[in-house]
Amino acid sequence: MPYRIGKYTLKMEHSPSIESYASVGSKKESEGPLAAYFDLLEPDGYFGEKTWEKAESRIQREAINRALAKGNLDPSDIDYVFAGDLLNQCISSSFGLRELGIPLFGLYGACSTMAESLSLAGILVDSGAAVHCAAVTSSHFCTAERQFRFPLEYAGQRTPTSQWTVTGGGAVIVGHGQKAPYIHAITTGTVEDYGIKDANNMGAAMAPAAASTICRYFQDTGTTPEEYDLILTGDLGYVGTGLLYELTERQGYAIHKNHRDCGLLIFDREKQPDIYAGGSGCGCAASVLCGYILPQIQRGELQKVLFIATGALLSTTSCQQGETIPGIAHLVSLAHTPLEPGDDRQCQCSCHRVGGRKGG
Amino acid sequence: MTPKEYESLNKQVSPNTKSWRTVPLAWLFGGIICCIGQGLGDLYRYLGLEEETSCACISVSLIFLAALLTGLGKYDNLAKYGGAGCLVPITGFSNAVASPALEFKSEGFILGLGAKMFVIAGPVIVYGTLASVVYGFIIWIFHLY
Repeated sequence: MPYRIGKYTLKMEHSPSIESYASVGSKKESEGPLAAYFDLLEPDGYFGEKTWEKAESRIQREAINRALAKGNLDPSDIDYVFAGDLLNQCISSSFGLRELGIPLFGLYGACSTMAESLSLAGILVDSGAAVHCAAVTSSHFCTAERQFRFPLEYAGQRTPTSQWTVTGGGAVIVGHGQKAPYIHAITTGTVEDYGIKDANNMGAAMAPAAASTICRYFQDTGTTPEEYDLILTGDLGYVGTGLLYELTERQGYAIHKNHRDCGLLIFDREKQPDIYAGGSGCGCAASVLCGYILPQIQRGELQKVLFIATGALLSTTSCQQGETIPGIAHLVSLAHTPLEPGDDRQCQCSCHRVGGRKGG
Repeated sequence: MTPKEYESLNKQVSPNTKSWRTVPLAWLFGGIICCIGQGLGDLYRYLGLEEETSCACISVSLIFLAALLTGLGKYDNLAKYGGAGCLVPITGFSNAVASPALEFKSEGFILGLGAKMFVIAGPVIVYGTLASVVYGFIIWIFHLY
């Protein structure tokens, strides 16, 4: 059963295992530095479908099917799937997963959905309510562009702070297995808004949320950034990363030494200049986590990793009505080894621990 | 941190538009499009069209060329470099109508292509018309005296 430490963090009692995972990308991702790490790289942006929306649904289906196949699992083995994407009413998830027959929780956390879905899957498995849970998210450059910005062929220039939505996705199967990576803890983010209004600067809108979630995790667990091999944010990009360093440093945590951002890992800003400030989208954090990071944790090359997916909670309506852009960030603490019994340092804040530990 | 402090921090971190590169490029691309227009005009007059007809033909030709390039997926690639140089001439207007038409075709010919064709150009038409009414009214007042 997960138990609370501090105000925002839940620790997993039995360290649920990420038994299987898969990542999907497309053409732009195949030109980036992580091309070798995807399970599927489809050069056709339509993924053999008729519309971009159908293509994105296909990404989710491909990701979950590949994760199931890698884990020798059948859809009927999965008790629940947590899924989300960027489109209105989360159509990529519901259309992409409708044939699988798995009970579905549809989520919207913008680009933070991978950490949100993984958190919930971890909680459900650790609580014993489910044996296997899946978490899957996706994004598609073309569907996101037309929903949030302009038509693809429109002759507008992008600003230097804008980011490139990743066409891809990732799926994770969480279970009770004895296989690295393990989920140690989760920290759920609050909505943070520092008044950014520029929809072409998502990094700046999301950085305060990332900073607050990261600092709260350190406060709740009493750990420091040095104890982790990697602090991985979802899609802050170049601008958001710079702001994150400044914001965390002001709270006394210097994270720049072991911090990386999925949006800056998946593309090369020098060689792919039209991505501007970096990659973004649910698929950015999902595909980098599932393709590049989880295998390294599994092999033990990375021992302890904090994965923080960040989301900008805007809509076209809120933007047009002149609203600011709130951000959110959820954290999942991952490790190569399961949590030792009794490895439970007291938090340094005024502890709100509830429930207490209960036997298996 | 107040939103104001954060905004100034954001400005420090955010890269600026490289105006030393984008402005001359916009000038160059816009200039080239105007030269093509001039060249077409000269050609039409050489072929025997009258001054006024040849002017209309220039517009029609440029609109057609830009729509064609949009359809072929090339115009936005030009605009990546040309910026406002590709946006401001009549070719940009053509692109602004053709690109949503392409994009929203998947939602049907009536409510998709037909309705959403003017999502970008629509406001230009509305306020352009309104501006011309105001302009006409001012001219009319001046002509009274």
